[in-house]
Amino acid sequence: MSAAAAIIADTASPAVDNVPLAELDPARPDRFRSETWQPVFERLRREDPVHLSENGEFGRYWSITKYNDIMAIDTDHKSFSSEPGITLVRTADQQQGSPFQGMSMFIAMDPPKHDIQRKIVTPAVSPMNLQLLEPIIRERAAKILDDLPVGEEIDWVDKVSMELTAMTLATLFGMPQEDRRKLTYWSDVVTAVPGQGLVDTREQKLEIFSEYHAYFTRLWNERVNAEPTGDLISMLAHDPATRDMPPLEYFGNVILLTVGGNDTTRNTITGSVYALNRNPDEYRKLRADPGLIPSMVSETIRWQTPLAHMKRRATRDVEFRGKQIREGDTVAMWYVSGNRDDEVIDRPDEYIVDRARPRQHISFGFGIHRCVGNRLAELQLRVIWEEIMKRFPEIVVVDEPKRVYSSFVKGYESMRVVIPRRN
Amino acid sequence: MGHVTYLAHDGRAYEVELEDGLSVMEGAVRNGIPGIDADCGGMCACATCHVHVADEWRAAVGNPGEQEDELLELAPERDDASRLSCQIVMSPQLDGLVVHMPESQH
Repeated sequence: MSAAAAIIADTASPAVDNVPLAELDPARPDRFRSETWQPVFERLRREDPVHLSENGEFGRYWSITKYNDIMAIDTDHKSFSSEPGITLVRTADQQQGSPFQGMSMFIAMDPPKHDIQRKIVTPAVSPMNLQLLEPIIRERAAKILDDLPVGEEIDWVDKVSMELTAMTLATLFGMPQEDRRKLTYWSDVVTAVPGQGLVDTREQKLEIFSEYHAYFTRLWNERVNAEPTGDLISMLAHDPATRDMPPLEYFGNVILLTVGGNDTTRNTITGSVYALNRNPDEYRKLRADPGLIPSMVSETIRWQTPLAHMKRRATRDVEFRGKQIREGDTVAMWYVSGNRDDEVIDRPDEYIVDRARPRQHISFGFGIHRCVGNRLAELQLRVIWEEIMKRFPEIVVVDEPKRVYSSFVKGYESMRVVIPRRN
Repeated sequence: MGHVTYLAHDGRAYEVELEDGLSVMEGAVRNGIPGIDADCGGMCACATCHVHVADEWRAAVGNPGEQEDELLELAPERDDASRLSCQIVMSPQLDGLVVHMPESQH
């Protein structure tokens, strides 16, 4: 048994198998914080791959847990709409009105509007732009790593993962670099559950939202009155299809690009260090052959699955794998479970840096909403690892990381590491 | 069996003999030709096996289907000759096919 498998076995709740199926609520965020989500999804894939939960904090929703079923729903956007939102919402928030009310973002739109807005931001992550970004990202990665102390405990999330991804996103937004950590903060606030650490109340969350909103309104006004530049805000402010969009729609898209643009990559960077520590043979393989970095990057994106689910709403009655999904029903596609489906992925619970087909994973989603920034994510991960390997023979994770309380963002709040020495 | 030429963005050419019934994507993946990622494994669910069909072959290959057309919208270098190579299936009519690969797959 690998070290990772041992840890999972340790923390698995034997109770899961005794719970009546109908009571299984895979969206419970506590299981993601405690890293005990696996047995729930294992059981659902085995016994009830299209599963209805009705009584939990997220109300009534279907869970899709098999890889090919997720792909079928993700590519059928006519029957499964992304409007009005793409994450499960707690019943309490549905009743109160979510802080996102009135906001829309292109990930939560259907064609044709989705296609138009997505297309506007795509040039920011085009092959040409990525070529321009690579040396900038590399220089920053080098500086971040060179500044790390040797032989001292540090928080890898704060010192490396957040820094690099915030710098990249600030560049894409055309923001001053000194404001970059506002982005990580706002991104965390967007997905934070009140009372679970970062914010205490919904009111406080709304207050922070208004600062975030004011900042980006100012950015918009500056861009609108200037010549077009290549940054995301300028693209939105000048394109005929978006320059007149309602302010809340603009802000919705800013939120989408903020969360999509740093949370996911940040958590995968942290996840790569964690996974290699838990699988020392794999770390050795990587050190022996740095040519495996791109493959390790894809494997980490699968293994980590930085967004655990995406939500859809049925636009008509659909019979799916023998279950009757009704028009209006909420459907959660559990990417985190699809990536552990052994009918599609060989030895899915193991972390293997030289898999035969490492790009075969469902973390980016499939169909028209597939992650627009996937290549930028891979680029940042590849570059940071190329620079890590030049400098450090090893990064040692000191103890279990603190994980995020969320069944949407699957990530790390902090992870203490030590770098024993430089090359 | 039909002949396919894959022209890479850097000018390199790869030649493959492809069995009838197999897709142009499979021809690339099975022969280790770089430049076709095929992340979804040929389910017409992503756009990472994007190719530009050579002008003289466009009529024979035909136009993309509806779902394919939507996915091609994700490809940054999309043009009128764009197809997803998992949706081009080898047949006697396509013997000699030439496709150009984009700079990268998204």
